[in-house]
Amino acid sequence: MEKNVALIALFAALIAALGLIPKITLGFGVPITAQSLGVMLCGTVLGSKRGGLAVLLFLLLVAIGLPLLSGVRGGLGLFVSPSAGFLIGWPFAAFVTGWIVENGPRAPLTIVAGLASVIGCIAVMYAFGIVGLSVTLDKTLIDSTWLVTAFIPGDILKAAIAGMLTAALAKARPASVLSRNGQTKVV
Amino acid sequence: MISLTSPVKTKAHDWPAGLKLASLCAATMVLFFVEQATILAAIFAVVLIIYALPGRRFFKSGMKQLKLLWPFILMVAIWHIWTKEIELGASVILRLLSAVALANLVTMTTRLSDMIDVVRSLTRPLVRLGLKPNILELAIALVIRLTPVLVQKGTLLSEAWRARSQRKAGWRIILPFTVLALDDADQVAEALRARGGFDTIDTLENT
Repeated sequence: MEKNVALIALFAALIAALGLIPKITLGFGVPITAQSLGVMLCGTVLGSKRGGLAVLLFLLLVAIGLPLLSGVRGGLGLFVSPSAGFLIGWPFAAFVTGWIVENGPRAPLTIVAGLASVIGCIAVMYAFGIVGLSVTLDKTLIDSTWLVTAFIPGDILKAAIAGMLTAALAKARPASVLSRNGQTKVV
Repeated sequence: MISLTSPVKTKAHDWPAGLKLASLCAATMVLFFVEQATILAAIFAVVLIIYALPGRRFFKSGMKQLKLLWPFILMVAIWHIWTKEIELGASVILRLLSAVALANLVTMTTRLSDMIDVVRSLTRPLVRLGLKPNILELAIALVIRLTPVLVQKGTLLSEAWRARSQRKAGWRIILPFTVLALDDADQVAEALRARGGFDTIDTLENT
C-alpha cells in the first residue's frame, strides 16, 4: 500500500518534472514537451490502475492551482480551455495504455508498450481532445480532427520512444515495470 | 513553489472556496448556452470589470494568464473570417475568453489550502468505498515536495551529460531520470513504512 502510494505520487511528480525541465530536442531539431511522454510511461510502467491514478493525481494538482503543466500553466481555466479535452483524456489514456501492456500479447516489450501508447495515448487521448475542441470552439468533430492532425506524427514518435524506454526500464529495474510483473522476471 | 494565486490579496480570498467553485460551474454552464454575440460581449465586459476592481496589478497578472489562449483565438478568427461567419466567430472567442477568465479568477483568489479542504470534503464519500482518509492529502503533499527534488535531479543529470558529450542530451536522458524516480519511490515507501505506514495515519485520524 505504501509502495503504491509512493509510486503514484512519484510518477505524478515525474510528469510535472518532465514539463518543467527545458524542452527536449529530438534528432530532427523538433522540440517536444516530454510531458505526454510521462503520461505514456505512467501507463506502460505502472499499469492501468496505478498509471491512471498517477495522472489523475497530477491533474488534481493542476486543477487546484499549481502551475505544473508545461509552459508553467495550471489552474481551473485550463479545464474550460480548448485543450481541456486532452487533459481530461489523459487519465483514460494512461489507463488504456497500461491495460494493453498488462493484457496484451507476450511480444517484446518495446513493441507492446509502443503500440499500447499509440492506442491509449494517441487514439483514446485524441478522441477526448477532439470532442473538447469541438465543444469549446463550436466546430464539428470532423473539422476539429483536421485541427489536430499536425500533432499526430510527433506523438507517434513519442510512443516509439515510450516503448523503447519501457523495455530499457524493464532491464534496469525489472521489478519496477509493474505492468509486466511476472513476465519480465522470465527474461 | 510558484503558485498561480493573485499577487494582491482580495476580498474574494475570504469567500468560501466551495461557493466560488459552485458558482463557477453555474456560470460556465450558462456561458455555453448563450448564443448571441452581443450578450457574450457584455458578459466579457463584466468579467473585465471584475478583473479591474482589485487594482492594476491584479488586472495585469490576470491578463497575462489569458495570453495562453491567443493561438486558439487566432485560429478561430481566421477560420470564421474565411467562412464569413463573423458573428459566430466572435461569440466563440468571447465565450472562450469569458469561461477561461472566470475559471482563472477562482484560481487566483483561492488559497491552495482552501482548495485542498474542498478536495477533502468532496472525497469524503469515497472513504466509505475504501479510500483511506488522509491518503489523498499525503499524496498531494508528496507530489508537491518531490517535484522540485526530481527537477533538481534532472538538471544534475543533464549537466553530467553535458560534461561528457558535445551533443545535447536528447530523449535518452529520460531513462536514467525515470530510474531515479523509481528508486526514489522505493525509498519513500520504505520511509513511510518505517514511520508506521498508513496504519498510524488511521489512528491519528481517529484520536
